[in-house]
Amino acid sequence: MSSELAESYLKINPELVTDILCRFIRTEIRRAGFEQAVVGLSGGIDSSVVTFLCARALGPEHVLAVTMPYKTSSEATRRDSQAVIDQLGVRSIDVPITDQIDAYFAHVGDASQLRLANKCARERMTVLYDQSAAFHALVAGTSNKSELLLGYGTQFGDMASAVNPIGDLYKTQLHQLATHLEVPAAILSKAPTGDLWIGQTDEGELGFSYAEVDRVMVLLVDRRWRRAELLRAGFAAEFVDRVANMIRRNHYKRRMPVIAKLSQRTMDRDFRYARDWGT
Amino acid sequence: MSASPEHEILTPTGNDGTGALRVAMAQIAPVLGDVGRNLTLHLEQIEAARRQHADLIVFPELSLTGYFIRDMVPDLAISPAGPEVRQLIEAAGPMALVVGLVEESPRHRFYNAALWAEGGRVIHVHRKVYLPTYGLFDEQRYFAAGERFLAFDTARFGRVGILICEDFWHLSAATIMQAEEVDMLVCAANSPGRGVDGPKLRTAETYEQFAKTFALLLGATVVVVNRVGFEDGLCFWGGSMAVAPDGRVIVQAPMLDEALCAATFDPAELRRQRLITPLARDERLLLTIEELNRIRHERYE
Repeated sequence: MSSELAESYLKINPELVTDILCRFIRTEIRRAGFEQAVVGLSGGIDSSVVTFLCARALGPEHVLAVTMPYKTSSEATRRDSQAVIDQLGVRSIDVPITDQIDAYFAHVGDASQLRLANKCARERMTVLYDQSAAFHALVAGTSNKSELLLGYGTQFGDMASAVNPIGDLYKTQLHQLATHLEVPAAILSKAPTGDLWIGQTDEGELGFSYAEVDRVMVLLVDRRWRRAELLRAGFAAEFVDRVANMIRRNHYKRRMPVIAKLSQRTMDRDFRYARDWGT
Repeated sequence: MSASPEHEILTPTGNDGTGALRVAMAQIAPVLGDVGRNLTLHLEQIEAARRQHADLIVFPELSLTGYFIRDMVPDLAISPAGPEVRQLIEAAGPMALVVGLVEESPRHRFYNAALWAEGGRVIHVHRKVYLPTYGLFDEQRYFAAGERFLAFDTARFGRVGILICEDFWHLSAATIMQAEEVDMLVCAANSPGRGVDGPKLRTAETYEQFAKTFALLLGATVVVVNRVGFEDGLCFWGGSMAVAPDGRVIVQAPMLDEALCAATFDPAELRRQRLITPLARDERLLLTIEELNRIRHERYE
């Protein structure tokens, strides 16, 4: 019952969403004085959808897809990214990041998988921002709502962007959108992965599926269900608590760095202006 | 400025002496926080509406400033008696005008306001009563709340009431306007779209329901003008509409696109509808007042 209800809340009208998001991309990029977008393309569903949306909104010639493989990146990553580039006819550039990442860790010594993954994500961010300057474009973000809520992303890494068209769509909603946009079937059917290390999958690492967690989050976050109501509806207490804790614990990633208040007006607290100020 | 061809666009026929009235709904995307550029945008719309002999042009809420103005509120505030409004009135000529602004009162309170001007002067200023401060809204932080719902008499549109966006979501506002016996209810809106699971945005559906319902219950023409464009990710959906007193949508502007859309309506419809369904006539206003007074005594005294 509650599962069906949650599913119904997760349902989107993909035509309407596509229309709004394409207008959003055009408006936000142009009001900042640009015509073009740069997307870090991994061949996953999120970055593929963003590349499709940008191509539709701006024209494929105004979109630069940047692939940034590390030496452990999978063949599927390369192949699926190329399929998107070929299908859309967007511009592309391949910038391998192996040399600079390996040079860094050769200098500081070996690190954990997590540090390596975060370092790669931040390296990719610097490449994207540099390419955005070269291409006279803005960086389009590829973090979805599931990742943003769970904090399943690297702060100042893959979470960094100028405009993010998909940040209010759960992973399961992105699937609906991707199907509508005719994203290649191989991308739709593969397990979500950050390609952080060989064989890594998001759901394996998180310990739950996006389908499961999106149902909890849409009720908890969007529909304001209380914990007791979720338990009564059949969700496991341990799961609900884990998700709620992840959302809370990672909130810092979604905010500006905290500033020590001293004056009458402080950034983001009582110095309040829209980002789109004057445009 | 684009206008969708599949919707009724102003045509040069104008007011043809049959008593039909033409309302131009200026579904614009104001620049955020730039009164000067918005003034130019208004003058262009007024000129286009005038060329087509519109009798009234309605702009959305905060049309001179944009919506998410936050700390800019005091910097953007103007007086209804000031040069900006004067310029618009002069440009409108014989056409009546509804425009949205930040009004600074002589006591330095800032209101989210919409004014009606005709015949060369401002004849009414409505200060938004219901300032939404929940969800994505934060209006009470920046604005003082209006304290009245007043109707006013106009030269050609009969008795008119103005509501601003959230006012339109309060049944009491519609009830008061019914008691005020308005012939036309104008709602100037800045409605951001939410809810993408259905054929239309949920917020658009709600507005349409309210507009049709209020038209029918008040036996009045209802004109809703909503803006378009984006501000900080908020999508204003447009879909401005004119609804006849029988609840029939006369014309609806396109969703999401800028448009200058005209609705022609026949004031005789008011008479016909009020004969067929005389709801406003049959209202027992004194009973309502008595009951509300009883509740006031019980709850507050």
